[in-house]
Amino acid sequence: MRKLALSDEILLSIQQPARYIGGEVNMVVKDPSKVDIRFCMCFPDVYDIGMSHLGIQIIYDMFNRRDDIYCERVYSPWADLDQIMRKEHIPLFALESQDPIKDFDFLGITLQYEMSYTNILQILELSQIPLHASERGEDMPLVIGGGPCAYNPEPIAEFFDLFYIGEAETVYYELMDRYKANKKAGGTRKQFLELAAEVPGIYVPSFYDVAYHEDGTIKSFTPNNPHAKETITKELVVDMDQVDYLEKPLVPFIKVTQDRVVLEIMRGCIRGCRFCQAGNIYRPMREKGLEYLKDHAFKMLKSTGHEEISLSSLSSSDYSQLEELINFLIDEFKGKGVNISLPSLRIDAFSLDVMSKVQDVKKSSLTFAPEAGSQRLRDVINKGLTEEDILTGAAQAFHGGWNRVKLYFMLGLPTETREDMEGIALLSEKVAETYYDEIPKEQRHGKVQVVASSSFFVPKPFTPFQWARMCTKDEFIERANIVRQKFREMLNYKSLKYNWHEAELTVLEGVLARGDRRMAAVIEEAYKNGALFDSWSEYFHNDIWMKAFETCGVSIDFYTTRERGLDEIFPWDFIDAGVSKEFLKREWQKAIGETVTPNCRQKCAGCGAMKFKGGVCYEGKN
Amino acid sequence: MKVRIKFSKQGPAKFIGHLDVMRYFQKVMRRADVSIHYSGGFSPHQIMSFAAPLGVGITSMGEYLDIEVDDTEDLTTMKERMNETMAEGFHIESCRRLPDDAGNAMSIVAAAAYTIAFRPGYEPKDPEMWMKELEAFYGQDQIRITKKTKKGEKELDLKSLVYEIQAEGPSVRILISTGSSENIKPELVLDAYYQKLGEERPAFAFLVQREEVFAENSSQKGGSRFLPLELLGETIE
Repeated sequence: MRKLALSDEILLSIQQPARYIGGEVNMVVKDPSKVDIRFCMCFPDVYDIGMSHLGIQIIYDMFNRRDDIYCERVYSPWADLDQIMRKEHIPLFALESQDPIKDFDFLGITLQYEMSYTNILQILELSQIPLHASERGEDMPLVIGGGPCAYNPEPIAEFFDLFYIGEAETVYYELMDRYKANKKAGGTRKQFLELAAEVPGIYVPSFYDVAYHEDGTIKSFTPNNPHAKETITKELVVDMDQVDYLEKPLVPFIKVTQDRVVLEIMRGCIRGCRFCQAGNIYRPMREKGLEYLKDHAFKMLKSTGHEEISLSSLSSSDYSQLEELINFLIDEFKGKGVNISLPSLRIDAFSLDVMSKVQDVKKSSLTFAPEAGSQRLRDVINKGLTEEDILTGAAQAFHGGWNRVKLYFMLGLPTETREDMEGIALLSEKVAETYYDEIPKEQRHGKVQVVASSSFFVPKPFTPFQWARMCTKDEFIERANIVRQKFREMLNYKSLKYNWHEAELTVLEGVLARGDRRMAAVIEEAYKNGALFDSWSEYFHNDIWMKAFETCGVSIDFYTTRERGLDEIFPWDFIDAGVSKEFLKREWQKAIGETVTPNCRQKCAGCGAMKFKGGVCYEGKN
Repeated sequence: MKVRIKFSKQGPAKFIGHLDVMRYFQKVMRRADVSIHYSGGFSPHQIMSFAAPLGVGITSMGEYLDIEVDDTEDLTTMKERMNETMAEGFHIESCRRLPDDAGNAMSIVAAAAYTIAFRPGYEPKDPEMWMKELEAFYGQDQIRITKKTKKGEKELDLKSLVYEIQAEGPSVRILISTGSSENIKPELVLDAYYQKLGEERPAFAFLVQREEVFAENSSQKGGSRFLPLELLGETIE
């Protein structure tokens, strides 16, 4: 049996020791001395979150298919173990071999949300790897980043040797081959980075220089190495049925957030919501074939023993063979004690029918995401959900036995007025009224419960709102108060509940999302003063961050409330995510003009993603 | 039919808590295609009963769970199928058919045997002597202790609940009351001795392994007072 990196004494003194022992079902075991490349894949948050992430499982499976690579995993040690490891100078280790990460060839870190950035520094420091790429010697692992936040890697650029922009399945093998060849030839770290810089989708930040105007905006962004490309085009899988796909996901011992088989049915989205980064950077929408999905559902349930399967996509209702897929899952698995979970379904007669088959109506609630309180603002954000859709869907659901409804909104959207804000309360009230109008008293199962939640809007790179001004903390709170006040005026206010998110955290997320290279100093300063696990409200200390901005002389307003000009060079402009800047500009102007853009299936908007030659852009054209 | 499964839990698996072990075995049943029966209702659950929860940090050679499966299930291949899908540290030792009227594992547990040794690095000068003295301490007629319970504290005679204690070189083997009526943790046996020595039991000083779990022997034919749970079932070849 494997020898663990941590002693029994430590493991018995901390919460959830099973986070650190590996050994899960479907863990890959290889002899590290018999491989050429040791790759450690990291999700910079606690195990329970990281193990729920599908992307890491896909990459883990992809690398381990090769005999010459051993891919292992690491997650952020929780605060209790963090302290012990610092005190006892224990180097951070990979779960599989329990070997120190500093002895690996690569440390790959997935960038899923901005508030995990300080955790990246924790991973590096505990691994005893220098925080800055420029300070790493020849024997140190190469630190590579990827995932959605890699679409603006600049705030954390100096902590990484390289970034992989786009989907992992396409050129990672090529990158590994180049590493192997360089290692064999006795090449240096820099020589490898030059070889890597030539691979499509690979960005080596040290090969680029940034110059700034006096006003702080970017003057130029230019390669300083002949191997570096001017533009990095994202990588993407054109035909989803042609890639090897995960058949044996890891099965954690402890209960993690996503404790089920996750069946990815498609990538990308046709909807074009103007606030949504995922809907833009993963274009074009590409579906997996029905037969392929049926086969994978079988294999993954069998190899894991999970008692639940869930569909994963940005908008499952847009999957063209959804009805066939869901009926198959119900017919095949429901009788075998397997639960079927169906998130992100549009509420209509079909979805209500299948939901009543797969879940207990009395215990479940219905979710709508109108995102904005008025039709005007929904047109601005291009959210094609009307009040009629919501009220009709809710009425059908109430007749079907549901009496709990969740509504998701955003506050602080561009052009938002007091009327839009109050619309959140008015729409919630209408949903409640629908219940009392539709369902006769004697048929009601108690009161209706309408829970409205609002998050605060963060403008993200590669969206039409990347030019938008973001609200200040005080503005956010003021807006939430306006909504709250309006809720109190509602007739059915006892059936309504309103929650809103943390404003301070949102502002910080906004700074990091559209930040540039000057942000690295702030992140490092905040980390050194104790910022860690910032996405966990009990660990988030806004004052540490505010002080770090002050110490580093970096203005928050420059990144949030400043109006950006249409000709401004953004830190992420060197990346080609498929959607062109011209398209995003057009969409930004249409947003201001309250004009909607049809979805990809209705009419091509000419976003630019057609150049990848696949997906929805070519549907029905072959 | 009712089936009793005996498994061992070794190595890093000792850090997996009881609730997670239960979840683990639910998934084992599905991976190994065991024809386990489900309860009714909207969210059916597997019919499964564990004998006695094992503390985190303790290894075991004899853990038990009972399940219900189709009568056509072949227990020999079922055991093999399960072992093919075990995670590191878990191993199925036996699968035996129980009489239909057998009480479930949890309700019949009466005693458990443990081996206790010093963790390397924590040994006294003469561990064998230490264990002999521990055994001798339990030679008294009565050992009054105060046990912390959910409701507060209660006085009890520990001696009457330690059925056997035998020094075996540098370790000791104990058989103690376990289950719903009087559940004694192995550490309590040590704590009482340390109390007599006027010391605190040093943290982490011992390695504990559960060896076997027993039920009262209700047989008319006599024999020992306790029987290992697996002997209440029959092997089907």
